[in-house]
Amino acid sequence: MSNSVQINHEPTVKSNFTESFNVFSWDETLQSIFNKTSDDVRSALANPKRSLEDFKALISPAAQPFLEEMAQLSNSQTKKRFGNTMQMYAPMYLSNECQNICTYCGFSFTNKIPRRTLTDTEIIKEAEFLKAKGYDHILLVTGEANKTVGVDYINNAIQLVKPFFSNISIEVQPLDQDEYERLSKNGLYAVLVYQETYHREAYKKHHPKGKKSNFDYRIETPDRLGRAGVHKIGLGALFGLEDWRADSFFTALHLKHLQKTYWKTKYSISFPRLRPFSGGLEPKVEMTDRDLVQLICAYRLLDEDVELSISTREDPIFRDNIVNLGITSISAESKTNPGGYAVEPETLEQFEISDERSTEEISKMLKSNGLEVVWKDWAYFS
Amino acid sequence: MVKDNLTIADKIFSSRLFTGTGKFSSSELMRDALLASESELITVALKRVDVDNHSDDILTHLSHPRINLLPNTSGVRDAKEAVFAAQLSREALNTNWIKLEIHPDPKYLLPDPIETLKAAEELVKLGFVVMPYIHADPVLCKRLEDIGVQCVMPLGAPIGSNKGLKTKEFLEIIIEQSNVPVIVDAGIGAPSHAAYAMELGADAVLVNTAIAVSQQPVQMAVAFKMAVESGRMAYQAKLAPVKEHAEASSPLTSFLSKT
Repeated sequence: MSNSVQINHEPTVKSNFTESFNVFSWDETLQSIFNKTSDDVRSALANPKRSLEDFKALISPAAQPFLEEMAQLSNSQTKKRFGNTMQMYAPMYLSNECQNICTYCGFSFTNKIPRRTLTDTEIIKEAEFLKAKGYDHILLVTGEANKTVGVDYINNAIQLVKPFFSNISIEVQPLDQDEYERLSKNGLYAVLVYQETYHREAYKKHHPKGKKSNFDYRIETPDRLGRAGVHKIGLGALFGLEDWRADSFFTALHLKHLQKTYWKTKYSISFPRLRPFSGGLEPKVEMTDRDLVQLICAYRLLDEDVELSISTREDPIFRDNIVNLGITSISAESKTNPGGYAVEPETLEQFEISDERSTEEISKMLKSNGLEVVWKDWAYFS
Repeated sequence: MVKDNLTIADKIFSSRLFTGTGKFSSSELMRDALLASESELITVALKRVDVDNHSDDILTHLSHPRINLLPNTSGVRDAKEAVFAAQLSREALNTNWIKLEIHPDPKYLLPDPIETLKAAEELVKLGFVVMPYIHADPVLCKRLEDIGVQCVMPLGAPIGSNKGLKTKEFLEIIIEQSNVPVIVDAGIGAPSHAAYAMELGADAVLVNTAIAVSQQPVQMAVAFKMAVESGRMAYQAKLAPVKEHAEASSPLTSFLSKT
C-alpha cells in the first residue's frame, strides 16, 4: 500500500510475571482470602466487572453458602459467551521418559517403570486411532527428557500429526522463546504449562531434581509463550500440594498479568486434582467436589471468556454435572501412557483416570445436557 | 407497499435479517431456527467447518435453496491470515463472498481497524465481495467504501454482549454518510434492538447469539424476523418527529397574521 501509514513494530519491553508475583506473601494472601466476609461475597456477586479481590471473596469459605447462586451465574455467563457448546479434545502421550523428580507424578525419574518414547510410526498409529474417534483437537504430552524428547522431537511429532488434526496443543517441558516461535510457525496452537504450586518453598520440595526444580524459569514460561505469539496459553495449579485457594488466587493473578500484557493470546485454565498413581503421594490438602465447583464458578465470574477445561481425572457423576457450570472443553477416554490408545494399551499410566467412558458415551452425555459437541474450532490460515 | 429488496453486489435479498451459526445446542436446532428466521444470508466461521469433508455437520444442515453462505474469517489475527482464509474459503465453498472479521483481541473480539482496512483492500483487488466487521467508526466506513467494499458492518456493542445499540450516535452518522449498505452487526440482543436499528435506517442487521442462546431459538428467530420487518416498515413510513415540548395551545406569534 503506497499511502499506508508506517507503523513502528519495535516491541516494547514487557515485564515478567515474577516482578508482580514477588511482592506477594503466600501467608498474607491466604489470610486475606480467609478474612473475606459474606458482605464481600455479596458485593463481588453484584459487581459486573469483578476484580481479583472479588475473586478472593468468591473462592473464600464465606462464599460457600452462595454456591448455588454462583453456579447459576456461571452457567448463564458461560452460555452467553460460548453458547450451548462443548469443545472435545484428547491427550496423546508421546513419552514417559523424564529426568525430573516430582513427588506426585507417575513418570518421576526415580520411579521404576518401563520407559517408552513413541516412534514416528507409533505416533501416526495413535493419531489414526484418535482421528477415527472423531477428535480434531489434540494435546501432545511428554515428560522432560531433553536429549531424547527435546524440541526437535516435539517439532517432528507436530508435523506427523498435522495431517490428522486441525488444532495441536502441547503439554511438555518449558521451552525458550525461540523454540516456541519455531513450533508456533510449524503448526502449534496452544501450550499448557501448569505451575503445579505457586508456593515457592513447597515447589522446591516437590521438585527436588531436574530442570523443573527451577521455579522462576517455570513461572516465566507463559511470558515467553506470550512473546512468542503462541495462540493460547493454558494455566493451572495441581491441587493437593498446597492450599488450593492461595494457589488459585496466584493462578488468577498470573492470568490477569498475561491478559493485559499479551492481549492477542487466548487463555485456558485447568483444574487437575492429585490422582492416585503407582507409588504415589497422598494429597496434603484435600479439595472436595464442592470446593472445585466453587472454584470453577469463581473463575467464570472473574472472566467471561477464559476457557475452562476438565479432564478424565474427574469421575463420571462429577463430570456429568460440571459441564453446565462453566466448563468449555472436555476430554474423554483418555490414556495417560505413551501408545496407550493403539500401540500398546497395557503399559503403566501417569495417573489413573476416573472417567473411563467412551467418546461416544461422553458425546451422548453432552447432547443430553443440551450441548452441541464441537470437534473442530480451528484452522490454520497461514 | 413498495417491494423493498436489499441489493449487495449482485445479490438481491428480500430478508434484511442476516444470521449466524454459532452457539446453538445442536445442528438440527440451528437449521430449524435459521429457516424460521427466513434469513437468506447466513454466516459461518471457516474455522468451524471441515471444508474438505462433504458431510460436514454444519454445512449439510445449511443446505437449502434460500440460504446463501457467508463464510467469515473469525480466528485470524491479521490481514495476511484473513486474505489466506478468504482464498481458502473461495476455493472450498465456491463463493467469493467473505465476512471479514479480524479481531486479534480474543477477550472482546473487537475488530482491528488497521488490519481490516489492509485486508479489505487486498480482497477487493482479488475480486471478493467484502463485508467488513468494524467498529462504528464513520471515517473507517468511508475509507472502506473508497477502496470498494460492498457494504459495511459496524458493531452495535461487543459481539455476544446482547447490549443493544451502544454505538447509536456513530451508527446514525454512518447511515447518513454511507453509499453502501450498512449492516449492524454484533451486540443486538433483543428484537427491539433490531427494530431500532432498522428504524434508524440500517439496511440490515446480523443476529446470532440472541437467537442461538435463547430458551426457544426457533420462536426467537421468528421474533427477530418480525422485528426487522417492522423496523424497516417504520423507517419507510417515516417516524413522526419526537417532540421535546408539548405544543402550545395559544401560539405566541399568532398576532402577526392580524396585522
